[in-house]
Amino acid sequence: MAIKVLHHGLSTTVQDLGRPGYFHLGIPVGGAMDRYAMRAANLLVGNDEGAAGLEAVFIGPKLEFTEDALVAITGADMPAKVDGVAQPGWTAFKVKAGQTLTFDFLKSGARICIAVSGGIDVPEALGSRSTYPIGALGGFKGRPIAASDELPVGKGSLANEGKTVVEELRRKPGMPAELRVLPGLYWHRVTEESQENFFADEWKVANEADRMGYRFKGGRKLDFVERDQPFGAGSDPSNIVDSCYPYGSIQVPGGTEPIILHRDAVSGGGYFMVGTVISADMDLIGQLQPHTPTRFVKVTMEEALAARKDRAALLGRLRATFA
Amino acid sequence: MSIRYTFGGDEHLFVECSEDMSLEAFFKSLSMAKGVRESGIKGVTEICPANASFQIKFNPDIIHPDDILKEVKSIEGAAAKAEPVLKTRIVEIPVFYNDPWTHETLMRFRERHQDPTGTDLDYAARINDYGSVDDFVGAHSGSPWFVSMVGFVAGLPFMYQMVERQRQIQVPKYLRPRTDTPRLTVGHGGCFGCIYSVRGAGGYQMFGITPMPIFDPTQTTSYLCDFMVFFRPGDIVKFKPIDRDAYDQAVEDVDKGRFAPPIREVSFDLREFQKDIDGTNAKLEGMLYGH
Repeated sequence: MAIKVLHHGLSTTVQDLGRPGYFHLGIPVGGAMDRYAMRAANLLVGNDEGAAGLEAVFIGPKLEFTEDALVAITGADMPAKVDGVAQPGWTAFKVKAGQTLTFDFLKSGARICIAVSGGIDVPEALGSRSTYPIGALGGFKGRPIAASDELPVGKGSLANEGKTVVEELRRKPGMPAELRVLPGLYWHRVTEESQENFFADEWKVANEADRMGYRFKGGRKLDFVERDQPFGAGSDPSNIVDSCYPYGSIQVPGGTEPIILHRDAVSGGGYFMVGTVISADMDLIGQLQPHTPTRFVKVTMEEALAARKDRAALLGRLRATFA
Repeated sequence: MSIRYTFGGDEHLFVECSEDMSLEAFFKSLSMAKGVRESGIKGVTEICPANASFQIKFNPDIIHPDDILKEVKSIEGAAAKAEPVLKTRIVEIPVFYNDPWTHETLMRFRERHQDPTGTDLDYAARINDYGSVDDFVGAHSGSPWFVSMVGFVAGLPFMYQMVERQRQIQVPKYLRPRTDTPRLTVGHGGCFGCIYSVRGAGGYQMFGITPMPIFDPTQTTSYLCDFMVFFRPGDIVKFKPIDRDAYDQAVEDVDKGRFAPPIREVSFDLREFQKDIDGTNAKLEGMLYGH
């Protein structure tokens, strides 16, 4: 079975839960920005959580099915239609052979996950089907999908038709968005006043926000603690000797616009970082639209671990509904 | 050189061996990263060595952050005693300096540069006290470089120039990163050289371009058929300036599968190098060219 791409949307890529293990060579983990949503979509259509689906940002694709399949849309609120008939989100619905799946305008969030029973069956590259476009690796020919592509689909089951995820298990960012941050890395490089401002100020998601990183604007410029720059770092006070970058780390080139690195992160570089978004909140970032007011909330390691536990419990409850 | 430990969220331990770059710091971080790998600490999912630091990704559901910190700290002493000797290889990389593609790109992003009136090469030559761009290129290609980190994007080498600190080329990164850099651009930021393995964002000054692919996800390039990434930390690189004709010829050779970069196995001892830098470099070059 296959899915014919009639329109690609804005940027739609094949994603699963990523390819860990190659960051030391600069190849990032990739995978769905909102992993919880991708897991849920797969569970809804009866797939393994790690099956490959599609991730579409802001605008949905237009897809024609060559055989009957189950489909589930999770993540952002972007209503799906089958031959013009509206379908519920976070619910497994049937698309028959010859029918076309389209999407209405985005209502909230930024990225939808589209799971198809059987999963998108492109070849694995380094253990994953996720698309890493700047490396032309994985996914469908190493790039976002395009009109007239035919996406191969594995063999699935239609047994889950009508299955749904209850409202309280659908995870969405609040308004204004809050992202919890553990200060660290090169936090000591900015003055105490700037440390306070960073968490006090309201930031807004900038237009330069994608799978590699999310840029923020609108807060006060950070001031640096004076020092002689270390040898090899470069002369700007925001420069460091090039180091690794953790996923979720927040770099602030020139002290002006924070950038949170995400699934397709660059693995290292020469800009200092003030801290890292905790693992429990990484999924929320990819659902932020440009101009969304955002606050960074300072947490301790213990709070980060407690949040991680809460998130694991939520996933446990989601899985239990499919057990 | 006192080591600094800090957490990158709840999944990363970041270990800075030194704030300053030096070959000693690089060898220390490489040997500690190796020590962590060999100790098999439970819950460690990935180890990424960098220039003078390294990063460990771990699963905090398996090991508490306090415990991994304790375990990694216990490796510090043994790593300090490791012999600074590397079995590695030296490879020649052809470079077309001052090429038209990086020139077009640097003009496009001029407002993000410290000196909007010149080129990146003019700027780098001037602030490093070279009389001309040619002299600067002579210095850039005159000594070997250590690959001290692989990353940023897929397969990109960071390279550290193997000369005394006072002779090392240093330039600031762009004031704001570019959103575009040609594939295979030879760049420089801080004291580090690099080769952009793929097209994309970047903040390093741009000096030239190499015809030699260093990352190939299709694995069709003759010398990348076993693994898609060419460089490994510890590789030694020697640049060779080439002109437009030689560049075009090399591109054609790559396309036809007959490009073979000169590579020789070598052993590098940091102590010998520190005693006689020029002598060690001459010996390395001799091994590369077989004289």
